[in-house]
Amino acid sequence: MMLQDLTYLVPLIDIRHLTVGYDENIILTDVSLTIHDHDFIGVIGPNGGGKTTLLKAILGLLKPLHGEVIFHGCMTEGNHHRIGYLPQINNIDRKFPISVSEVVNSGLMSKKRIIKSYDPKDLAYAGELMNQMGIYGIRNKAIGELSGGQIQRALLCRALVNQPKLLVLDEPNTYVDNRFEKELYEKLRKLNEKIAILLVSHDLGTISTYVKSIACVNHSLHYHPGNKITPELMEAYECPIQIITHGKIPHTVLHQHDQ
Amino acid sequence: MSLLAMNFFRNALLASLLASITCGIIGTYIVSRRIVFISGGITHASFGGIGMGYYMGFDPILGAVMFGIFSALGIEFFTRKADLREDSAIAMLWALGMALGIIFIFLTPGYAPNLMSYLFGNILTVSLTDLMLLSGLTVVIVAFFLLFYRMILFISFDEEFALTNNTPVRLFNMILICLVALTIVLNIRVVGIILVMSLLTIPQAISNLFTRYFHKMIFLSIFFGFVGSMAGLIFSYLYDIPSGAAIIFSLILMYGVIKLYFVGHKALAK
Repeated sequence: MMLQDLTYLVPLIDIRHLTVGYDENIILTDVSLTIHDHDFIGVIGPNGGGKTTLLKAILGLLKPLHGEVIFHGCMTEGNHHRIGYLPQINNIDRKFPISVSEVVNSGLMSKKRIIKSYDPKDLAYAGELMNQMGIYGIRNKAIGELSGGQIQRALLCRALVNQPKLLVLDEPNTYVDNRFEKELYEKLRKLNEKIAILLVSHDLGTISTYVKSIACVNHSLHYHPGNKITPELMEAYECPIQIITHGKIPHTVLHQHDQ
Repeated sequence: MSLLAMNFFRNALLASLLASITCGIIGTYIVSRRIVFISGGITHASFGGIGMGYYMGFDPILGAVMFGIFSALGIEFFTRKADLREDSAIAMLWALGMALGIIFIFLTPGYAPNLMSYLFGNILTVSLTDLMLLSGLTVVIVAFFLLFYRMILFISFDEEFALTNNTPVRLFNMILICLVALTIVLNIRVVGIILVMSLLTIPQAISNLFTRYFHKMIFLSIFFGFVGSMAGLIFSYLYDIPSGAAIIFSLILMYGVIKLYFVGHKALAK
């Protein structure tokens, strides 16, 4: 029991005094965060507060202006970091001529696979993932023929096919129906038994049910070890976000703060 | 048909085939990746090089190659760095190339021979050099796409994700945009600056009516491009009209007929 607890404390990524932005426009200032194995961190905060920017810095898409992102040993394999990434669905061109299995297999691409064909074992795993996600039957369909939820499933398979240690999701609940949303979160809970998850969302209700800790991002970052979101907490960190409750009729209450 | 005409026709046939292959592959890439406007910019920028060739007395196509490659790499580099809005920057480049070309040609003493063939193309006067250059490019493009097909598809679909996998995205972008520039410039002799963009987009638009897969779009685009070029050649021969315009007209006619068929088919099914 003791040993098992210890594995939960293995640090994967250390973000130290990170400042990032685009050219002169600084989005995040002096952010520090440690992501451990088996973490399930919900990243919340207002639009334009820097949630996506934080993800991009972790993914290496944005170079830090100050500070650093340190990857611990188990996070690196060959020449890439073991991170699975699920981008916002509106970053994807849904008319692009590509099939579901091509999308999923593209997650296997790495420097040494540029010419060399994929490992059959990896392809088998991709098939298994598609099967688990319920999209194996439509693997040869073009993504233009799919629903939002089906595309999200394909993108989730792509993010997982390389067997990452950390899964990073950017607002996976946009443009999907409620049924898929619930299914997705249950899947994430299951995945979290093996890997760490960093989930960006504006959907506070779901976040507090599933995540283990919360990072509130609004130009700076405040980390909360628990998953309880109180109005006081939100007020203290200027984090206006929507709260969704599930009654007979789903409704949304917006907490707005004075500027 | 005289022997001389036969010779012309054989060259024209070969030029159509090579143009269809290069434009079929590269056109599918630019249409899928939505960089048609960028390609338009490169096309018109290359006119500056043609003018420079006339003025300085070297092969205008060589000038077009230089201007094409420079503007392609310029767009690739600057749209990532500078604050300029991408589409405005490309529109400026587009106009600059045309303006430079006009100035150079105006400054060139005497008559500028074949100027019309650069603007509107003439498949019947493609030289052996043109054909050899186009053959070389065809071999390079086919080999590149065969070798790196998955990587090209992967980057075009989601460049950001490709970057997170630590693959050489910038290098591939650079090579691909150069291949786009070369395809445009070497096909200028076939259909001309004004019309080359349509050879890169109409066959793809027709293919898109039949398929939603990248590789099938390439093969179908080559096929429709070739059929359109052949039909255009025959029109041009029968009615004595410029070949470039005849080819584009046949392609658009093909698109219209097939689209109408699909629309009618759907309406009947209901």
